[in-house]
Amino acid sequence: MSTPITPASATAGSLVSDAERGRAAHIAGLRSRRGKPKVDPVYYLFLLPTLVLFTLAITLPAVLGIFYSFTNFIGFGDWQLVGFTNYIAVFSDPAVLSSYLFTFGFAFVTVILVNVIAFLLAVALTSRIRLKTPLRAIFVIPMVISGIVIAFVFKFLFSNSLPAFGAATGISWLQESILTNESTAWIGVVIVTAWQSIPSTLLIYIAGLLSIPGEVYEAADIDGANAWVRLRSVTLPLVAGYVVINVILGFKNYLGAYDIIVGLTNGGPGTATRSIAMTIFTGFTGGDYAYQMANATLFFIIAVLISILQLRLTRGKAALS
Amino acid sequence: MTQELSRPLAPAVAASADGSKSSGRRRRGKVGQETTNWSVMVILFLCALTVLLPLYVTISMSLKSTAQAVDGNAFSLPAPIDVSGFAEAWNLTNFPVSFTITTLVTLGTVVGTVLLAALASYAIVRNWEHRLFRYSFFYLLAAMFLPFPVVALPQIQLTGLVGLANPVGVTILHIMFQLSFSILLFTAFLRSIPLELEESARIDGATTWQTFWQLIFPLLAPMSATVAIFAFLASWNDFMMPSLIIADASQQTIPVVQNIFQTQFSTNYNVSFASYLMAMAPAIIVYLFTQRWVMEGVTQGAVKG
Repeated sequence: MSTPITPASATAGSLVSDAERGRAAHIAGLRSRRGKPKVDPVYYLFLLPTLVLFTLAITLPAVLGIFYSFTNFIGFGDWQLVGFTNYIAVFSDPAVLSSYLFTFGFAFVTVILVNVIAFLLAVALTSRIRLKTPLRAIFVIPMVISGIVIAFVFKFLFSNSLPAFGAATGISWLQESILTNESTAWIGVVIVTAWQSIPSTLLIYIAGLLSIPGEVYEAADIDGANAWVRLRSVTLPLVAGYVVINVILGFKNYLGAYDIIVGLTNGGPGTATRSIAMTIFTGFTGGDYAYQMANATLFFIIAVLISILQLRLTRGKAALS
Repeated sequence: MTQELSRPLAPAVAASADGSKSSGRRRRGKVGQETTNWSVMVILFLCALTVLLPLYVTISMSLKSTAQAVDGNAFSLPAPIDVSGFAEAWNLTNFPVSFTITTLVTLGTVVGTVLLAALASYAIVRNWEHRLFRYSFFYLLAAMFLPFPVVALPQIQLTGLVGLANPVGVTILHIMFQLSFSILLFTAFLRSIPLELEESARIDGATTWQTFWQLIFPLLAPMSATVAIFAFLASWNDFMMPSLIIADASQQTIPVVQNIFQTQFSTNYNVSFASYLMAMAPAIIVYLFTQRWVMEGVTQGAVKG
């Protein structure tokens, strides 16, 4: 899903402490005293519908898709196994390569922009200010609005209000819509994506900042640290784990960009803002199902690699949270 | 009253605190909450404006007459206020139909996600020492690493084959994609519920089924609220999945309908913005009443995991 509101990282290993394992064994032991504890059949009833549905709706399509990526299937009719032909073709396809280039570049710029703004806002929102609650409530609003709908609103602003502003101030490159220019359209996509995904990043940073004990700052004050030194030498190192979480979750989300781009530019002008997801979906209408499944499989491998990186990094920082 | 009284004092307190180092240290401790950093507040207000501006534009454009809206001036106030844009958007996009479909899909997703995830999480946590349940946890969680575009093409193909290329199919897929996040939250919460509660119920002769419905599920309520709101937002706002899965355009959900009618709105900006407002209003209203759970959900999802 492209929505930026599924922030979750699974360092699953840390979820289960030995103590909990012991307690679970204890309650199971209550039910049958001798030997291996027996599972109440009702538990299977609780779990199996989910497992079956999940397997049919997610696992089966994933396996099927990966299988088809080694065929010449066009979406219907006969097919043959063709080995790695599709993968080789994907690697030398300028359309695919340009969509990867755009998506990674866009994700990279957006992740930096979002994290810098969200971190500064979080620092501001946890400092000595009034109206904390209403301000925080306002900053979270973009998170709950449909990406494509807000993209249409921004599209109107980019193609009407911004050029009018450009004309009034004499800034020439603003006088035509930034969305119709191949070299500036991506800026619009970055702005709207950032607008929508700053809230969740911000909330995670606020949680991080609130987890820092006040004594740390008192100690810094005694040592005569000014605001900048405090931010750089105390705050930033202490929320490093949260930065890692935000950067990786954000990057992963932006790689799947779709809704906002459809609303703003629909991949244009030309193919300047066509994301990986949009390229994959052309396999649905364009008759190269198997070919785009090879593309999707590569995309999946990249997503898994990023997730592994995330697990590695967050497990190292687990002590912080 | 006390708020108003303390406000003029704040800068004075800050000024005197800056005077000497010793009081500066004290300020952070006891009197810290009474001083206000006004420059930070001004910056925050400006940032809040960038959040509110698109919303203001949406509301004000939707209340303009077609004659006024056509000039494309986003920031002018509507004069006169004209709500005919709403009536026109309502009829043009056949809003009652798309609203009903989106509501049913969202409701189905919320109920399905909470029930399936809560039941599965309970079974997993209480039988962790059994391999099937332990592995199921990691299996269900793995979907978190699976972007929808990767499985989209086979899912379009399969839903078409089994007659689910409709809102029902989208509901099922929405539930499946919410499961990982929801199970992560539920299992983390279930591990924090003291087992003694359950043991006493069991000693009184309650079956697993009864224990879950009468004891555990009510205890899960706060977490269910968070899970439900995230399922609601993901489902209500989703564009990608319904646009690809639902074959019949007349059965589309609200976000997709906005895209379908984009060309027909043309320069009748009051109509298009009225339509956008009707699309985003339900989510904003739900958010205003459930802020606490939304904010907690984001942090728990990221930190508990």
